[in-house]
Formats: sequence, structure tokens, C-alpha cells
Amino acid sequence: MTASLAVFFAMAALAVIGAVSLIVQKHPIHSALSLIVVMIALAGLYLLLGAEFVAAVQIIVYGGAIMVLFVFVIMLLNAGVEEHTSISKMAGAPGLLLVVALAGFVAATIARSTESVETTLQTGEIASTLEISNMIFKDFVYPFELTSFLILVAVLGATVLAQREKS
Amino acid sequence: MVPTNYYVILSAILFGLGVLAFIFKRNIITIFMSIELMLNAVNLAFVAFSQALGKLDGQVFVLFVIVVAAAEAAVGLGIIILIARSRQTLNVERVDLLKL
Repeated sequence: MTASLAVFFAMAALAVIGAVSLIVQKHPIHSALSLIVVMIALAGLYLLLGAEFVAAVQIIVYGGAIMVLFVFVIMLLNAGVEEHTSISKMAGAPGLLLVVALAGFVAATIARSTESVETTLQTGEIASTLEISNMIFKDFVYPFELTSFLILVAVLGATVLAQREKS
Repeated sequence: MVPTNYYVILSAILFGLGVLAFIFKRNIITIFMSIELMLNAVNLAFVAFSQALGKLDGQVFVLFVIVVAAAEAAVGLGIIILIARSRQTLNVERVDLLKL
């Protein structure tokens, strides 16, 4: 087993454990902390894949900004332990069935497309941030400008939504 | 060198766990977090295929997905604050105004 495989399995195990912990934990703040573990593990996987810029953005934006926002709202609303009614327990059975069906479908698709993925696998050179910035500001410049507009609209929308109603 | 299949399978597992959390959780904030988990799983598949094909398009898409997720989190959490303020609960089963 090579070193990269060992790192992959360590990070993958960390991510899956974090995701399972997200489901098992009863308190939303514990779920949020589990999700942060998943995001840090995924950042490690991005580093392993040679995508340093994406790994840095993952930690700064996801692990930093978005999850702090989540924790902030959980604290603000004083969210307690979640409660389950009899209907929600009943809905679990078809839900589990649905998830198993989805997992089977995805596994079948991956198993069928194994060859095509393997043959195109290259030892691509490490992607530099320079090339990514070239792509963003040349090939994808219109989507980039659109996302900046989307952020502006989202900030305005969030401000309008969260402000107190004038009596 | 880790095979691309491993990354895709891990991505599928994480996405499945996200769907499972989406269905089983009753707290609206946790449901929102499971959506973020699914987005992360898709991002992993994007980066894995980007590396496998030797092209950077996938990484650029991931950056766009992260931006959209940030915007979504801001608006979604605003809506959650509104719901909590008007209904005094975070349980999705008690937000049933449209139910017959």
C-alpha cells in the first residue's frame, strides 16, 4: 500500500465517520461540528488530488464562513434536541428503502463505467492556481460575473428576510 | 496514485448519507446541513474527474458550486430565522400550514 492510498483511506474514513455522526447526533450543534470534520477531510482529499486552491477555498469558505454562519444561527435560535413524532418514525422505513435504491443505482452505474474511468486516468500534472485563474477570468468570465451578481442578490435577500418587521 | 473509482465511490457514499440525513432528520437546520453535505459529495466527484481527465474545468465548477452554496446558506438561514420567529419551533413537522 502506497502512502497516497493510506492518506486516502484515512481521509475517507474521517469523512464517512463525520457524515454518520451528522445523522446519529441528536443535537444540531453536534451535527454542525461533525459536518466541519467532513469538510476538513474533503479538503485533505483535494490536496491529495493536487487541487490546492480548491482545498484552501474549501477550508476558508466552507469550514470557516458557512459553518460559522450555521453555528451562529443554531446559537441564536437556541436550537435544542430534535423531537421525533410517530409519523416521522413511520416515514423512516420508505425513506431507508429509497436511499438503498439510490445507492444501488449509483453502485450499478459506477460498476458499469469502470473501464472508461480507468482508461482515461492520467497522472496529470499538479494544477496551478495560475491556470485556474486564467480559466475563471477568460473562459468562464460571464458565469463569474453572474455569480458576483447572485451573491449581491443573496446578501440583499438575507438582509430583507432577517430584519424585524416594522410595527 | 489513488484510482478515480475510489473517489467516485466515496462521493456516492457521502451523497447517500446526505440523502439519509435529509430524510431522517427533523430539525430544519440539520436538514439544511445535509444539503451542504450532498453539495460537498458532488464537489469531490468534480475534482476527481478533473484530475482524471487532466482538465481544470471541474475545479472551476467546484468554485462556482461553493459560491452558490454560500449564497444559498445566507438566504436559507434567513428563512430559517423567519420560521423560528413566526412558529416558535425548528421542527419541520410543526411547519404544516399547507397540509390538509
